[in-house]
Amino acid sequence: MSRREALQATAGAVAFAALPLPAQAADSAATPVPPTQTLPLEVTVNGRVHQLAVDPRLSVLDMLRERLSLTGTKKGCNQGACGACTVLIDGQRVNACLALAVMHDGAKITTIEGVAEGETLHPLQVAFIEHDAFQCGYCTSGQIMSGLGCISEGHASSAEEISYWMSGNICRCGAYPGIVAAVAQAAKEDRT
Amino acid sequence: MTTAIGKSLSRIDGRLKVTGQATYAAEFNQEGQAHAVIVGSTVGLGRIEAIDSAAVEKMPGVVAVISHLNAQRLAYNEHRGPIDPPAGERLHVLQGTEIRFFGEPVAIVVAETLDQAEHAANALKVTYSARQPQVDAHAGERVIPAVARRPGARAEADVARGDADKALETAAVKVEAEYVIARENHNPMEPHATIAAWNGDRLTLWSKSQFVANEQAEIAAIFGIPPENVQVNCPFIGGAFGTSLRTWPHVTLAALAARHVNRPVKLVLTRKQMFFATGHRPYTLQRIALGAQPDGKLISIAHEGAGETSRYEEFMEALTSVTSFMYSCPNVRTSYRLIPLDASTPTYMRGPGEASGIHALECAVDELAYKLQMDPIDLRRINEPQIDEGRQVPFSSRSMLKCYDLGAERFGWSRRTPEPGSMRDGRLLIGYGMANASYPCLFAPANARVRLLPDGTVEVEAAASDMGPGTYTSMSQVAAEYLGIPVERIRFSLGRSDFPATPPHGGSMTMASVGSAIRAACLDLQAKAAVLAAKGGGNAGLAGQSPEALEWRDGMLFVKGRSDRGVTYADLVSYGGESPLVGEGTAARDAETGQKYSMHSFGAVFAEVAIDPDVKTIKVRRALGAYGVGRVVNPKLATSQCIGGMIGGIGMAIMERTVLDRRNGRPINAHMADYLVPVNLDTPHIEAHFVDEEDTIVNPLGVKGLGEIALVGMSAAVSNAIHHATGRRVHELPIMIENLL
Ligand code: FES
Ligand code: FES
Repeated sequence: MSRREALQATAGAVAFAALPLPAQAADSAATPVPPTQTLPLEVTVNGRVHQLAVDPRLSVLDMLRERLSLTGTKKGCNQGACGACTVLIDGQRVNACLALAVMHDGAKITTIEGVAEGETLHPLQVAFIEHDAFQCGYCTSGQIMSGLGCISEGHASSAEEISYWMSGNICRCGAYPGIVAAVAQAAKEDRT
Repeated sequence: MTTAIGKSLSRIDGRLKVTGQATYAAEFNQEGQAHAVIVGSTVGLGRIEAIDSAAVEKMPGVVAVISHLNAQRLAYNEHRGPIDPPAGERLHVLQGTEIRFFGEPVAIVVAETLDQAEHAANALKVTYSARQPQVDAHAGERVIPAVARRPGARAEADVARGDADKALETAAVKVEAEYVIARENHNPMEPHATIAAWNGDRLTLWSKSQFVANEQAEIAAIFGIPPENVQVNCPFIGGAFGTSLRTWPHVTLAALAARHVNRPVKLVLTRKQMFFATGHRPYTLQRIALGAQPDGKLISIAHEGAGETSRYEEFMEALTSVTSFMYSCPNVRTSYRLIPLDASTPTYMRGPGEASGIHALECAVDELAYKLQMDPIDLRRINEPQIDEGRQVPFSSRSMLKCYDLGAERFGWSRRTPEPGSMRDGRLLIGYGMANASYPCLFAPANARVRLLPDGTVEVEAAASDMGPGTYTSMSQVAAEYLGIPVERIRFSLGRSDFPATPPHGGSMTMASVGSAIRAACLDLQAKAAVLAAKGGGNAGLAGQSPEALEWRDGMLFVKGRSDRGVTYADLVSYGGESPLVGEGTAARDAETGQKYSMHSFGAVFAEVAIDPDVKTIKVRRALGAYGVGRVVNPKLATSQCIGGMIGGIGMAIMERTVLDRRNGRPINAHMADYLVPVNLDTPHIEAHFVDEEDTIVNPLGVKGLGEIALVGMSAAVSNAIHHATGRRVHELPIMIENLL
């Protein structure tokens, strides 16, 4: 199984699926939206409702980082190839850099800022610290969001399975063994 | 006795990082900030003929289009930091029409939002007159580095002892090969980013930097303003591996744009732009010839190396340095050359020089072992030197033999059957390989400050960085150790250019340098506190004692040899006197120690590969490193660092390369999906071990550094394992399926 297949099978596929079909894209190209126009959007992020007027080009990632000051979600490549921007949209992990904000009107988005319960860290966050599952911390938000998805999808029954389903999230610091151990521990706690 | 050093503490900044609260450069959004996007040259050599910005200026949200036509003339005063190339002149941006490499910044577009700026930058029409760039290192001319040509130069292009060429002729057994290593890009997960804000003639930068003190000095020199007018902040770095040591053009561009539009500007490089002008591991060409007696004793080593550089700067790294001391050998000759190309300047990338040079040397030694029909470790043992034979001085410590023992035992080297292709797991071909690793123990002048607060906690400050090794945690441990108080009572801050200056956060010298400075600052604080206690009276009855009669034990001040009437830090604060009490510390290696000893970390690294006999897919199944790195401050974090380094080495071995289009110098795979790096599924079972090693010479802490050495050697171990599995010697990196077909 190649990395590309793994990517498509995991986070990448979800985001790609959210893009319009080529036919629809061609239709909208015939009547271009002037770049100045903004569209209304209502999204719920970490339980808070936001009403925004957004540029149709705005990605969910830039909406979070630049409009809502939720900078915990990271931009690593802006091209759907690294997973640093992973968030949960309606419970599914998505590369936020490839998701246009306007296409997610009414969506419920969970970001890293919404994972802990107040001061109490989520068991996966605790496990990340215990297993030293990061160094620089830049991929970590995406890894944790992806890890939550991996667990809830039921893809965390073994180290091999976790490794496969977490391969859409690059960690250039190479904290992979810790990431796998942390997801495995949280998955186990989740089951018991 | 409080022993904080040596404890496997979890990261102090862990909570911030798992909750998304750790703030990286691009996240310090400023009131009224605009977004800037760089427009890069689409030719690899030539001149800008015209820039038509009129249409773009009218696009929605566009605030300014800045190019050489309207950009401020910058001072570009002389400044050469310790991480800048020793010869040549840095790139001057938006100051003229000349294009020296593909992607060179030709304009910046500033707009209200990022989408507007990106759209407008794409629409900008630039016309060029293009010439054919020369970006092929194989066809390039090799030159002697300018610094090596200067009289009395410390960097030597040619080093020799004995007569390697003559000895090679007479050698009973010899191997000779040429090695090619691809250009690599660091590709940290965090893109380069700078937010610039002017207040009159004072500039504040929130900028991704491994060296805030130098970024301050460099930007001050470029803009011709006093360094104290520039403040650089960088509390967190999302990985860097060397790419944020220098201050690259985008930092200048952010500051220039902010001044031009008279408001704060944020500039973040795209992933693609990170392949243009922020450094890379140079493409290298090497030739190694080894000669040995039938018993395996080396009698000749010749190592010729050459690395790419740009036409405007001479980037140098220690490509052949290790060869003079790794093994005992009477006849050694090394040479180092540069190959100027129409490309941007390379820079240090994790394990710079050593990673490439040792790869070639250690592959050659493995090849020699096969010719001699000896075990590769036995061959290395036979040639273990007693001293640094290149410099004729002793090693401060060298635990190579212990590393072989520990590494071989933990890896299960004895299970290896030497015949290539002789080990199988089902239908898969299995190979075991190993290699030596080494990296110098650098120790550059550093400063630190500690401040005792009224509540008895201690603030520690240094202009250091933490790109991932755990500086926040390990430095707190050092302060806790020397002050004798719990780590929880230390608050260590870094990443501000107005903190006491430190050397670059690279070269595995942060703990050696900054740690030693913090130690000195703690001792200074204790000495000052003793004087205060002796003067200040107070309730503990130390008044009237001479400070020399007092001693610190377990975080309390006592009369020497007595255990009653101890004074705590909190007591001292309440004595009044000067408050807060501040300790200052400086640390540097004295020149004499540097001359008397050869100081390096050493290690032995091992790899197991499994190769499909039909389609030749390569999987590294196990990797292990045994290191002699002196004292380990935090084994948990040190292990992570080593694992990360080894994974980087696996990337170098079988994945990473940046390929330039010969027609125009364009990096054709400037994308995270096309520049392959190891992902989770590529990660082998991986172990790092440290041998007990005490080194009282390298620095006061006895730490030898491990960030760099962790990557070094792994590519050779993998390469040797691939040979063991398949019988094929591939002298090129990365090794890919097509090399084995
Ligand atoms: S930033 Fe979205 S996948 Fe890389
Ligand atoms: S922790 Fe640095 S990229 Fe994963």
